[in-house]
Amino acid sequence: MLDISPQLFALQLMTGIALGAIYALLAIGLSLIFGMLTVVNFAHGAFFMVGAFLGVHFLGITGNFWFSLLLVPLATGAIGLVCERFLVRPLYGRGIDYPLLLTFGLSYVLIDVMRFAFGIEGLPSSTPAALRGSVSLGFGHFPLYRLFLIGATAAIVLALWLFIEKTRYGLIIRAGSRDPEIVRVLGIDISRVWLLVFGIGTAIAGLSGLLAAPTRAVNPEMGIPILAESFVVTVVGGMGSLPGAVVAGLLVGIVFAMTSLVAPEYAELSIFVLMAVVLLIRPQGFFGKAGLMS
Amino acid sequence: MTERNTQFKRRQVLQFGAATAAVAGAPFAFKAAAQGNTPIKIGFPVPLTGAFSAEAQDQVRAAEIAIKDFNDAGGYKGRKAELLVRDDKLNPGEAATRTLELIEKDKVDFVVGSLSAATQLSINAVCRDRKVLFNSISQSDAINEAKDWSLYTFHEALNPHITAGAVARYAFPKFGKKVVYLTADYAYGHEMVRGFQRAGQALGVQTLADIRHPIGAADYSAFLPRIQALKPDILVLCNFGRDLVNSAKQATDFGIKANTKIIAPVLLYTARQAGGPDAFDGILGGTSYYWGMEDKIPAAKAFNDKFRKAYGGAVPSDYGALGYAGVRSVLQAVLNANSTESMKVSIALRQLRYNWYKGEQFYRKCDHQSVQSVVIVESKSKAMKDKYDVFNVLSIENPDERNLRSCDELGHKVST
Repeated sequence: MLDISPQLFALQLMTGIALGAIYALLAIGLSLIFGMLTVVNFAHGAFFMVGAFLGVHFLGITGNFWFSLLLVPLATGAIGLVCERFLVRPLYGRGIDYPLLLTFGLSYVLIDVMRFAFGIEGLPSSTPAALRGSVSLGFGHFPLYRLFLIGATAAIVLALWLFIEKTRYGLIIRAGSRDPEIVRVLGIDISRVWLLVFGIGTAIAGLSGLLAAPTRAVNPEMGIPILAESFVVTVVGGMGSLPGAVVAGLLVGIVFAMTSLVAPEYAELSIFVLMAVVLLIRPQGFFGKAGLMS
Repeated sequence: MTERNTQFKRRQVLQFGAATAAVAGAPFAFKAAAQGNTPIKIGFPVPLTGAFSAEAQDQVRAAEIAIKDFNDAGGYKGRKAELLVRDDKLNPGEAATRTLELIEKDKVDFVVGSLSAATQLSINAVCRDRKVLFNSISQSDAINEAKDWSLYTFHEALNPHITAGAVARYAFPKFGKKVVYLTADYAYGHEMVRGFQRAGQALGVQTLADIRHPIGAADYSAFLPRIQALKPDILVLCNFGRDLVNSAKQATDFGIKANTKIIAPVLLYTARQAGGPDAFDGILGGTSYYWGMEDKIPAAKAFNDKFRKAYGGAVPSDYGALGYAGVRSVLQAVLNANSTESMKVSIALRQLRYNWYKGEQFYRKCDHQSVQSVVIVESKSKAMKDKYDVFNVLSIENPDERNLRSCDELGHKVST
């Protein structure tokens, strides 16, 4: 009964990529923090939510979307810095489950702080005026904002790649993740590197919350389901791998969109099936190194 | 020797018996003396946290107005009413536990509340077993059906059959016959679709697709290209609360409105406030109440004014108003029955004809469904006088028992 025209297929693919863009951004932050600090950040979804709230709030005050695009990552990054310095740092070297439990608790604290600050109903968020409406892509109309979302993700990923691969500081970060001992011997304060990495990770989480806000309802619980999906992405892509996060993010988005087309009831399930299959065939994920968790 | 012994025993028994009677009787005497001060307790389990929290909080606010009305008028024989609010977390198990506590521990006289098809059935089951009157203020078709129903079960809210039917009768003839449903995959969504399809059958309406999404989904974009490709005349969003906000917003982004009319069985005041004017612009739907009816209905004006006065100028929402009516009906029935016993109050409620806030209403005898009007509203984005001015009232379908499923169909032996 359902005939899928090439146009519909192409449009659905675009939808999947736009969805995947948000997954990829979140997974990059998760992977960055895990790859460098071996911290499984369960508060990542909460930072995403805080970013969305602050974005809508700043937008209300300044009336300028581009300005809040700058302000939000700075704010969530700053919260991340404080959290790393005073909460996560004392737990380094104590095993993987300590920071995991801490960030899990932190996520509930952040959710309740937002409930206090903005109320449990959440905030209405609308698409910035310049990015409203839809554009013709030749095979159908697609919302302009979601195109922008794909573009913004590409720009953020590119900037992060340049920073890590091409700058001196990026070199130190990479070295720090390979062998923190040697980096320390070379006279570099590794704890400051870790602080910065955690800050960048949470800044990207906040930024993705801001970017996602116009497409969905902003409420204190919005980070909970997307955190689970982001973990699926990092597991599929390989824990700690940045290219893995991007590829797997897009793949998960596309799998979700395509399943929605043929069997909407199973769309939610499909991404977990994908994860199970990947884990069976390649336990370390697409780009992951075996044995990182041990 | 033996005789004396027996006599002694007899005297002891008598003394013991008298003492027991005195001790046992004392609480009754005490209770009778204190009755003037014992409040009439109404348990109020609603989902204060979770996806429908905005609506639930408004239910509490409005219910408190009904309590105040009753107490200001002197209460019942000097007894004041009291609302015991509990959070059921939108979870049927939690709702049952909280209700049981309200009845067993807090000794409530009645239960009013619930905001989901599933929690109201679990609350109803607990109240039915313990013979405590329950007035549900949330939509459900199942609660009218004989298998879940009891003499203690009342349903103040509209049900999907009435609501979807009214919206269908208004919208299908006006906007076209090819329909796609985007449905939250649980009882509420299914019942709404069934209501639309039944009303649509008579009008020759064709269902192009019924797309089910999980309750609480954040993203609907993956369903929207397919809906676009199907080119329906009407897209019906059979979901509630935040789900309605998200799906309306994303459907708007995808430009669905260009060729398709979007309608919702229940167009919530709270969802419209959360989603903003752009996302909801032009979306049409049904509701049990909109404060703007006050131009035409004096009772609405009186209720709104009380609410405004109590809550700093805010207006009551649709589901909030149900909290008011649900509590007020029960308290009025206490006065009419001259009793706080659930069975006597139930009999008084069956005879009640009331106009608390939206015009004439009464409970149908066979299933205790409140027969009432359905308001058809359309969301506006222009010419809004203030932040409360969000809908245009397009039409009001008057209360009519013929719009309900028949008592026979619901399995009730007693007909009206």
